[in-house]
Amino acid sequence: MLQIRLHGRGGQGVVTAAEMLSLSAFLEGHFAQAFPSFGSERTGAPVVAYARIDNKEIRTHEPILEPDAVVVQDRTLLTALDVFAGISDQGFAIINSAEAPEQIVPELCERLPKGHVLTVPATDFAMQKIGRPLPGAPMIAALAAATGVFKLESVQKSFQSRYPGKVGDANAETAALAYEFIMNVKNGGQNA
Amino acid sequence: MLDAIKFYQTGSKTVGNRLLNPSMRSNQASESRPNTLISGHRACQGCGEALGARYAIDAAMRATNGQLMIANATGCLEVFSTPYPESAWRLPWIHSLFGNAAAVGSGLAVAARVRAKKAGNTNVPRVIAQGGDGGTTDIGFGPLSGMFERNDDVLYICYDNGAYMNTGVQRSSATPPAARTATTQLVGSEPGADWGKGKNVPLIAMAHGIPYVATASVADLRDLEYKVQKAMSYHGARYIQILVPCPLGWGCASSSTVTVARLAMETGFYPIFEAEYGKVTSVRKITQKQPVINFLKLQRRYAHLTGKKGDPKVLARIQAMCDENIKSFGLIGDEVPETVPVAIQALERNQTV
Amino acid sequence: MLKQIEGSLGIAEAVALCRPGAVCAYPISPQTHIVENVGKFVKEGKLQDCEFVNVESEFSAMSVSIGASAGGVRTYTATASQGLLYMVEGIYNASGLGLPIVMTVASRAIGAPINIWNDHSDSLSQRDSGWLQLFCESNQDALDTHIMAFKIAEEVGLPVMVCMDGFVLTHAFERLDIPSQEQIDSFLPEYQPKEFLDPKEPISMGAMVGPEAFTELRFLIQRKMEKALDVIERVTKEYRELTGHHSGGLLDCYRCEDAELKLIILGSSVGTAKDEVDRLRDQGIKVGIISLKSYRPFPYAKLREAIGDCKKVVCLERSFSYGARGIICPEVKRAMEGTDCDIRTTVAGLGGRAIFGSTINKIVHASLEGKLKDEITWIDMDTKLLNSYLKDAEGVTVPEDALVDDSVLKATVGHA
Repeated sequence: MLQIRLHGRGGQGVVTAAEMLSLSAFLEGHFAQAFPSFGSERTGAPVVAYARIDNKEIRTHEPILEPDAVVVQDRTLLTALDVFAGISDQGFAIINSAEAPEQIVPELCERLPKGHVLTVPATDFAMQKIGRPLPGAPMIAALAAATGVFKLESVQKSFQSRYPGKVGDANAETAALAYEFIMNVKNGGQNA
Repeated sequence: MLDAIKFYQTGSKTVGNRLLNPSMRSNQASESRPNTLISGHRACQGCGEALGARYAIDAAMRATNGQLMIANATGCLEVFSTPYPESAWRLPWIHSLFGNAAAVGSGLAVAARVRAKKAGNTNVPRVIAQGGDGGTTDIGFGPLSGMFERNDDVLYICYDNGAYMNTGVQRSSATPPAARTATTQLVGSEPGADWGKGKNVPLIAMAHGIPYVATASVADLRDLEYKVQKAMSYHGARYIQILVPCPLGWGCASSSTVTVARLAMETGFYPIFEAEYGKVTSVRKITQKQPVINFLKLQRRYAHLTGKKGDPKVLARIQAMCDENIKSFGLIGDEVPETVPVAIQALERNQTV
Repeated sequence: MLKQIEGSLGIAEAVALCRPGAVCAYPISPQTHIVENVGKFVKEGKLQDCEFVNVESEFSAMSVSIGASAGGVRTYTATASQGLLYMVEGIYNASGLGLPIVMTVASRAIGAPINIWNDHSDSLSQRDSGWLQLFCESNQDALDTHIMAFKIAEEVGLPVMVCMDGFVLTHAFERLDIPSQEQIDSFLPEYQPKEFLDPKEPISMGAMVGPEAFTELRFLIQRKMEKALDVIERVTKEYRELTGHHSGGLLDCYRCEDAELKLIILGSSVGTAKDEVDRLRDQGIKVGIISLKSYRPFPYAKLREAIGDCKKVVCLERSFSYGARGIICPEVKRAMEGTDCDIRTTVAGLGGRAIFGSTINKIVHASLEGKLKDEITWIDMDTKLLNSYLKDAEGVTVPEDALVDDSVLKATVGHA
């Protein structure tokens, strides 16, 4: 089972991102689950959402304390709370930032395997294509690229089915940018 | 509504049945009368509510060709009409709770529409919700306002006797000032119900902009029947508030129910009017204006005002209230008020004695 | 049809498949998404011959439901927590009138202090209301249970509360297998009310009943509840055969064969516990789970059978009765009366405090190691936080990281 924790702020589509992540896995025949941290958080407040992917029925409903991947949609959270708490030694961390991971989370880069801590300028991509700072689609596309557990096409399809029309398409385009960005990094290209 | 006939019965200014043409006569005991609330129920002698309900519901039965259902709030009307295992109701009738008659009525209306639609039937049964003033103006007020606001297809009838009679005459928000109830006792410097409290539900109903609002009285059963029939000609939320004297709670003779009700109209104490879509469209004019003391003196709940120890200032204040009603609702003269009358409680609150 | 959707949407789809004629509700978290979706289905015509009423309070939500059900249409509503309490008068009325309303309770704590998160104190507060109360383990279970609930309610002649954990289930986005309309139409035929308000055959409902017959009417409701035990089992069997879904029932056993300890759990914690029980079993610890599905009627005989000759039972309760103890535990004891089964209870997961696999692990070890000394133990108490209050307010403390049970409770109030 792959357990993912998503951090962001209210209004950034964190819960939707978790749901779309689960939908992407579902579309590929996996069992998946997504749920928010059930708060009454208002816009701008830190928000946590969780997702699980497995090849058998997911029965547990406990929050994820030891994630295999952490997605940070807002890098200002890095100094506000311990977003990487409990992350497994083989875990992945995807951070929404235009800076290199070594510059913003050097300790984490040392602890996790090479290539497991990645940054992606998701907000920049979202501003380009959607025109609003909604980094959900590029962030989970980046996770798809980093882990290979689900495909870019599934991410795109998820957003397009949730938001039929222009909004879905724009999300799909930002997802593609982020996916290519991470693949480029993985293939030895330079991070931004 | 009033016939042009002017042959009043000697001394009373009331028009007797015999002087009306047959189509205008009330059919208190005709064979064709639906008798929806049938005899044998356990209301007190002279019960204004039983009288009002009998006329209102029969009028609605006529207006709907018998396609009628009732949601009844807890209260005297419910208790005296359905002692297990009997029922005095000859139509589909449900009692659920004290405060939810309007909402139960909304639910019945939904069910009636859905069932009729499924059956391809265009004859949809109509719904009346009814209760006393406590169940209407107090505990049932939220659901009532909700039913109005949604414009649900329900006629709500409030039988207003100005207190919680079923539980033993306690004050409600429809209790008039200075009246004695079990919770507004005749003690202290201002005996009876406080001044500057209470609410005017007909005016509040009008403020919802619903199709039809009216007040009526058991002293004018023809007017009551006409208003119920008119209300049933509308769809959407409607409200009729009927003044129904309670001999027990008011401390008046069982034989004087109609007299007391008439005096409430003729003194301006209880304005009788109708309003459509938030605007007053007709007013029942006072035929022979009377001082309010004539209304008060028949009731023991006001005995502290009408006896020798009565405070003339309080009497004057009640008279002023009636005069204000007469002015505000245009109860004398030919006019219908252009603007929505102001609730009498405003006058009370704006005045210190 | 498989869909990856939010639990609430799944319930809305299930309700729509049952073709109700009236749906009304008032917003309260975490129930709102369900009725929002049902309302949308009505408006877009997916759910036909149904009216959706936006009422002004839960009291009216239940009252409109009473009117609609008495008027002869299949009726659904949903609520939670404070909303459930706000409609209580109507809740008792609906069962007294024998109206087969189905209502979701998206279980949530009751304030004060206000708390929007999941526990079972709202639904269990209505245990004596005359409603059937069916608890759900998962969203699939909840979806299926709603469909069964209409059939059970209409056959028994009592309303049914489907209790699903708020947020944990309602807001979880999971794979759901949604039956087809044809399947449900064959399972749940068009509603034929036994009795309803009809101008063609006028009846009076809700008359006043005095001492001469009131007791008998109460007995008749109890009789319906007794009958409901069989109805639930039969309807569940029929539904399982139709859909292949292992949902519903009075209770469900997981790895109970040869179990030396059986846990009794309600709701979504069952799934979390199943994973933990698998891990414990891998370590050779013989533990099983009884998922209690029907709380009202309480399946005493079935539970006794399920516990069998197991000598150790621990309940996990997400609610509490002040001045008494657990709410579930006494029922289990009643079921096991006359046996030497050791029955204890644990309180955890109040007001949304998460129940982890580790919570289950802790309970199992505490039980097997004889640490559950009293009938009741508060399993996930933050003793530091507790002491921060007790120390300042009363100058007493409890031992840190201890299991808080009656002896600890009594010690703090000076009756050790």
